[in-house]
Amino acid sequence: MERKEWPLWEVFVRSRNGLDHKHCGSVHAPDAKLALQVARDVYTRRQEGVSIWVVPAEAIVASDPDAKPELFDPAEDKIYRHPTFYKLPDEVNHM
Amino acid sequence: MYTQALDIPQPKRDEPAGRAPENAAYQAEFDAKIDAGGYIEAKDWMPEAYRRTLIRQISQHAHSEIVGMLPEGNWITRAPTLKRKAILLAKVQDEGGHGLYLYAAAETLGVSRDELVEALHSGRAKYSSIFNYPTLTWADIGVIGWLVDGAAIMNQIPLCKCSYGPYARAMVRICKEESFHQRQGYDLLLTMMRGTAEQREMVQDAVNRWWWPSIMMFGPHDKDSVHTESARWGIKRISNDDLRQKFVDATVKQAEVLGVTLPDPELKWNEARGHHDFGAIDWDEFWAVVGGHGQCNVDRLAARVEAWEDGAWVREAALEHERKRAARERRAA
Ligand SMILES: [Fe+2]
Ligand SMILES: [Fe+2]
Repeated sequence: MERKEWPLWEVFVRSRNGLDHKHCGSVHAPDAKLALQVARDVYTRRQEGVSIWVVPAEAIVASDPDAKPELFDPAEDKIYRHPTFYKLPDEVNHM
Repeated sequence: MYTQALDIPQPKRDEPAGRAPENAAYQAEFDAKIDAGGYIEAKDWMPEAYRRTLIRQISQHAHSEIVGMLPEGNWITRAPTLKRKAILLAKVQDEGGHGLYLYAAAETLGVSRDELVEALHSGRAKYSSIFNYPTLTWADIGVIGWLVDGAAIMNQIPLCKCSYGPYARAMVRICKEESFHQRQGYDLLLTMMRGTAEQREMVQDAVNRWWWPSIMMFGPHDKDSVHTESARWGIKRISNDDLRQKFVDATVKQAEVLGVTLPDPELKWNEARGHHDFGAIDWDEFWAVVGGHGQCNVDRLAARVEAWEDGAWVREAALEHERKRAARERRAA
């Protein structure tokens, strides 16, 4: 069947300079230019942003939620990666 | 937003996948997440019944926002001043935005926008019954902001903490915007109450017509509600009757300050309960409106379908334009 639905775009907004762009939702639009315009109308009606990224939703590669253990658990027992692992004498503990 | 607890029994489909023995481990993980007050995200495993309940609730909610633009849009060209017109335009635009946040949240559950829109237009999907009442005078616009958005806010705040991440995040965004809706409505009414006797009468008349439909927005009494799983799943955190009571208690003082009477002779403070008692709700009217027999059901749906069909050529032309542009770009490369 002929595809009639406008493609989906994920929207990322930088709320002010100095901060990261943050995902805030998605919009449907026929092309990149209109996706930006629609995202502006839908997600920044009260100056919530100073910059917008739109990304075709199908271009996003996401990790598999079922792979959470093998991806993220190996970091769990590497507590020596955190500064709090090291107990130093009180006089120098602010290091 | 205008969610309303439309606790209408759904036809049973195939056994939820979560009951299948091979999914027992997934189910246990899901239950543990819910019990710990955690969030479920789009790609996480979830029981089929949870997914279906969410699709139904979020899309009904989205439809309500979209249909909710109609009764107020009706007055944009007749707003009494430029200031009120700008405010009303902004409010109606917000409601359109709320619909779009929510459709996007529903789509993360694996349903397409077109399917959702089609369900509304064919009459299969419900939207809040409140929008099937007509907006007869300018005072109705103020009363909708005050009471209808006010009731919606009560309903919505607990949803900001619901267990499905994309829905909860959309609700946080919506709740931030709703307060303006209620305040502009009350402000509009205050202005009219400082006007002529005729204007005050218009406000009272609008309150008389919208009060009962507003408290019906919280849905059937708890004892008559069928979707108990919503509470277990962390989708519905406060019961219909508790939310309704909170709304009534909050509104009494606001009515007094405004100088209007709420049209319920049984409405009075109950010292022992620490709440206001109120009269019996006409559920026959509620179910009639939900079932399609309100004053405006036919008009509202017809307006939505017409807008969708009239816009079809624009949607198709825009897609075609992009297809040609992309083809030109490929040739040039
Ligand atoms: Fe809304
Ligand atoms: Fe609203």
